[in-house]
Amino acid sequence: MVGRTSLSNRVIDGTILAVLILFTLACLIPLLHTVAVSFSDKTAADAGRVVLTPIKATTASYSKVLDDTQFFNAFFISVKRVLFGGLLNFALNIMMAFALSKEPKEFRMRNTYMWFLVFTMLFSGGIVPWFMTIKSYGMLDSMWALILPHAVQVFNVILLMNFFRNLPKELSEAAEIDGAGPWYIMLRLFVPLSLPAIATVTLFSIVFHWNSFFDGLILMNSQDHYPLQTYIQTLVAQLSAQAMTAMSPDQLAEAMAVSNRTFNAAKIIISMIPILLIYPFIQRFFIHGITLGSVKE
Amino acid sequence: MKIRKNAIHYNVMVLPGIIFLILFSIVPMFYAVMAFQNFKPGRGIWGSEWVGLENFSYLFMLPDSRLIFFNTVFLAVMKIIANLIIPLVFALLLNEVRQRFMRKTIQTIVYLPHFLSWVLLATIFFDVFSLDGMVNKLFGLFGVDPILFYASNKWFPGIIIATDVWKEFGFNAIVYLAALTGINPVLYEAADIDGASRFRQLWHVTLPGVRTTVVLLGTLALGNVMNANFDQIFNMYNPLVYQSSDIIDTYVYRVGLNDLQYSLATAVGLLKSVVSFILVVVSYFMASRFANYRIF
Repeated sequence: MVGRTSLSNRVIDGTILAVLILFTLACLIPLLHTVAVSFSDKTAADAGRVVLTPIKATTASYSKVLDDTQFFNAFFISVKRVLFGGLLNFALNIMMAFALSKEPKEFRMRNTYMWFLVFTMLFSGGIVPWFMTIKSYGMLDSMWALILPHAVQVFNVILLMNFFRNLPKELSEAAEIDGAGPWYIMLRLFVPLSLPAIATVTLFSIVFHWNSFFDGLILMNSQDHYPLQTYIQTLVAQLSAQAMTAMSPDQLAEAMAVSNRTFNAAKIIISMIPILLIYPFIQRFFIHGITLGSVKE
Repeated sequence: MKIRKNAIHYNVMVLPGIIFLILFSIVPMFYAVMAFQNFKPGRGIWGSEWVGLENFSYLFMLPDSRLIFFNTVFLAVMKIIANLIIPLVFALLLNEVRQRFMRKTIQTIVYLPHFLSWVLLATIFFDVFSLDGMVNKLFGLFGVDPILFYASNKWFPGIIIATDVWKEFGFNAIVYLAALTGINPVLYEAADIDGASRFRQLWHVTLPGVRTTVVLLGTLALGNVMNANFDQIFNMYNPLVYQSSDIIDTYVYRVGLNDLQYSLATAVGLLKSVVSFILVVVSYFMASRFANYRIF
């Protein structure tokens, strides 16, 4: 233990910390830059002068977003999607994971269902058949198309199931002797004991629904039905469409100036807020949740 | 008797999920027969003409096919390698930090990008890598002329790989960190008493301790060589860099849903699904053989 405090060790520790801080800053700087742009004066931002601190700080771009009805329309579609989609995932995750955590001798069909789940996770018909299927159900342009196809997230079910399987068997056996049925055991025993794991998979499903853009893009015919990320994606597409027509640096610079950097930055920051709000609360659970659920001895 | 009664409840619990999976995962597999048809939307699946393997043979003649196949595998393999090594380096460094507060703060920040969407990140990176963006400014300090990253087939694949690593390295490190906490502290004490330097401890205790995890993740990654991440590339690329970054999934999207060549796109997608499926099964088989890994 003498070695721990020696000079050479302190130099090593200092170097390690410095490298780690570089890693951390690399994660942070692009986000801080966007915050700075969103609070900057429009002309300064469009000229590319903003780095990490706002220039002539103003909230003008945010008040402009407040006037953008299409943005808020899309925002609330996403909120609705997360609420209903997340709730459906939550219920199905727990029910499926609980039933599938039983041994085959208790639940004879268990392995059959399990192979079925894994097969659907690994093999798919592809995007076009998927689109045609949803079209044939008449779900285009409706909220159902954003929620129902993702009702079961097999990966999350397996994660939670593995967590359930690590709970001591004696618990449910004792409850059963006391006369508790499967539903009671699931709700009163497994759910309270597995809150970290449930929080983890719920965070995953919320993030999934909040971040999806592609299904909105292909399944919604009208822009009024776009969820937030799809709406923002169309902005990005406009940006890169401008970039591609500009073959020379001058033309590209010109195209970039036309786009309103501060306005877009404000939209991006606002769309991050929901994730930033829930993330710190659930973050402390998921390390535990993931490692217990995914890596099995 | 009791067991059978419970089994009914278990069936009821899984049934809604199974129905959803049949409706939205199994039914699309039947629609994949479009790959063997000359599908006309007006006539539907039942009325369209069967053409056998024509779509597939056409596919192999297209000059695009070789390009998108190469791009997909190249980008995916580069990402797999980078996403194995960089999170490991990060986890090894973080493991050396003793101050709890520092560790927690660093972890909280580096996990964050994993939870942000590629739509938002693409917009941010478009700005960061633009002509007057931060990266060009940084390069400018060293006297490098501004680079049009988004119009350059030389630079763009690097940006795709680097930004993917940027987003995921923290989150990927979780598994390594878990493996590192699993190493018995007694081993370090013994090494210390034997006079091993920190570098020697890293070499003889820490690295052997995570070796199985690295092998396991590497094996499982094999199943992903046909996936170069649609969300990222779709949001970041543009026609100027199709040559270096158009992948199978983005190609299927453009040909199928933009140009409405349903059958051709389905054929490409189906081929990819089959190859991916085989690769995943092989990788799981290898993982269970060599690392005793089971998904359930």
